[in-house]
Amino acid sequence: MFELVVRDRCTGCNRCVEVCPTNVLEPGPDRVPVGARVEHCQTCFMCELYCKEDAIYVGPDRDNPEPVNEADIVASGLLGQFRRDSGWDEWAADPKYDNQIWKLGPYIQAGAKRSVERVQVRIAQRVRRTDPPPSVSEQSKRST
Amino acid sequence: MTQPSPDACEPLQIEADVLIAGGGMAACWAGISAARSGAKVVLVDKGYVGTSGVTATAGPGHWWLPPEGDARKQAIDKRMTTAYGLGDPNWMERIIDTTWRVLPTLSKYYRFNINDKGDTVYNAVRGPEYMRALRRAALDAGVTILDQSPVLELLLHDDGSVAGVNGVRRQEHRNYSARAGAVILATGGAGFLGGLLGSSTNTGDGHLMAIEAGAELSGMEFSNEYSISPRWNSTRTLIYSYARYFDADGKELDVLPTNDVLERALVNGPVFALLNESPDGLRQALPQIQPMTLLPFVRKGITDVYEKPFEVKLFAEGTIRGTGGLRIVGEQCETTIPGLFAAGDTATRELITGATSGGGSPNSAWALTSGLLSGVGAAALAKSRGRRLDSRVSAQGTVGLRPRSNAKPVDRRSVLKAAQDEILPLEKNVFRSAPKLKNSLKVLESAWRELRDHDHAEGADAVIARETASVVATARLSYTAALARNESRGMHQRQDAPEQKPDHARRLLIGGLDEVWTRPEAEAQWRPTHV
Repeated sequence: MFELVVRDRCTGCNRCVEVCPTNVLEPGPDRVPVGARVEHCQTCFMCELYCKEDAIYVGPDRDNPEPVNEADIVASGLLGQFRRDSGWDEWAADPKYDNQIWKLGPYIQAGAKRSVERVQVRIAQRVRRTDPPPSVSEQSKRST
Repeated sequence: MTQPSPDACEPLQIEADVLIAGGGMAACWAGISAARSGAKVVLVDKGYVGTSGVTATAGPGHWWLPPEGDARKQAIDKRMTTAYGLGDPNWMERIIDTTWRVLPTLSKYYRFNINDKGDTVYNAVRGPEYMRALRRAALDAGVTILDQSPVLELLLHDDGSVAGVNGVRRQEHRNYSARAGAVILATGGAGFLGGLLGSSTNTGDGHLMAIEAGAELSGMEFSNEYSISPRWNSTRTLIYSYARYFDADGKELDVLPTNDVLERALVNGPVFALLNESPDGLRQALPQIQPMTLLPFVRKGITDVYEKPFEVKLFAEGTIRGTGGLRIVGEQCETTIPGLFAAGDTATRELITGATSGGGSPNSAWALTSGLLSGVGAAALAKSRGRRLDSRVSAQGTVGLRPRSNAKPVDRRSVLKAAQDEILPLEKNVFRSAPKLKNSLKVLESAWRELRDHDHAEGADAVIARETASVVATARLSYTAALARNESRGMHQRQDAPEQKPDHARRLLIGGLDEVWTRPEAEAQWRPTHV
């Protein structure tokens, strides 16, 4: 959930107000945005991604606020991490942050294969030990 | 608070050939193709085109099969098997071919990956960058984008065809009224505000607007997909590929993609995931594959995510990874309302995946293709019939906008929670039965009546009122369809009717506002149960 804007870093551009998909933020009296409707925050971190000043911190819990100390957060190195790891803006040329989304499919497939093998081995071992039959339903509720 | 501008009481008047409601990948592709067809296009989105919708936070793969050889035929044959009689091989072929031809044309705006063999990988894209690219492509094509401008209701001509929409510029506190020759609904699926990452915008707004205008929907019983995440937040799911699962006693669970062991265990108590089998390669590459995945863990203070079990939850995906939506009756994604088109998750995806989730690549390919097709179709229709600005139109919105009875304050949060308590829990929505569905429908009916009779909102508040109403409406449609489909098929499993009945291999249509009706798509060989 949206937690804070670091006032020293914020330029008042209000880009975060513009890009928030659930309209959580609005400009405060001094143009520094405030969380006007944090109950609608879906913890998608998009405001952080679009903040070039790395001034925004969103907490990890979607349903509950987790107030943080501004000085601690500034010192934590968490500000701007998402924008950097995404290779946006000034990080675009750094190969360390190259987009490697192409690996997602192969890892999902390999993981699914491995998981099925693991469960099959476990079931076979139980059958050999003549344990009670496993509770693996044959119904195919889900796909792929 | 932002002060309303002096002329805030005057609605902004908008005219276009094609109006698109929504701002995800389907909406953008629709905008691009309609504009390239020569239409003047206005795209209005509830949030911001680039961050709105479930694609923006995801890493969509696309159904990706070369034309050579018989790979496509094999994939289609396989999909037809899991569509359980509700798929259409011609539509499958069409979206596979369109996706293959069109996705690479985005290379001016999106830097596609080169894999370890030196090949360009087109089918796997990262959500925030993909949506940023689609926004730029749409703007370059000439699309006018209005962010933070949710649609509230449809406008119809007296002959029943669509005339435009009413909505609100919610950050300017100003209403707008848009007239167009054709309208494309691409507002996303119905996620019931269940907390799935990126889905808070996808409340089924298009579904509600469509049934108010008399449209038919299809496949709404296929609305019970779930995805795994830590108990405290919905995150990306790649890291669960190698996961092992344990119950509270530490007993390992035999979880398979094809069984419901995980769902059953979660009904009975807490479940914990252990990711210790994740290979080193995945651990190292994860921040570059999906930078968002580990972010919440780190901030939660969990630095040993791969070594220590943590509690998990299944987050409801509703029709997002389900397959139901507006019925498609034409080759250009026409709906049953003349001039109204549906694209992406707003439309039924039974054509390509039937009773089984198209989550992942088929759904993305569908979003791209249905967007393109509807854009071309809407542009052609708007050109042939014009904008008809002199014609009288009527606004179709009901609940939240025009209360049936006396307007009075409604506790929307408690109405929403009452509906969610029926539609989100696994024990009700995965392990379905007629008695459970009937009980839930009683609650949903009373929630619906409370909103319909009394809720009245204006401006930005109307957006929340309509979202609440959309969640209740789509939950009600889902369970009405689930009760009517008196069998088990694909993701729709009925404990009291566990068999798949051969004569039920038809799509189930649904519609109606006060009286919800259902009927099988073709001539009925079986009679659905009416509620």
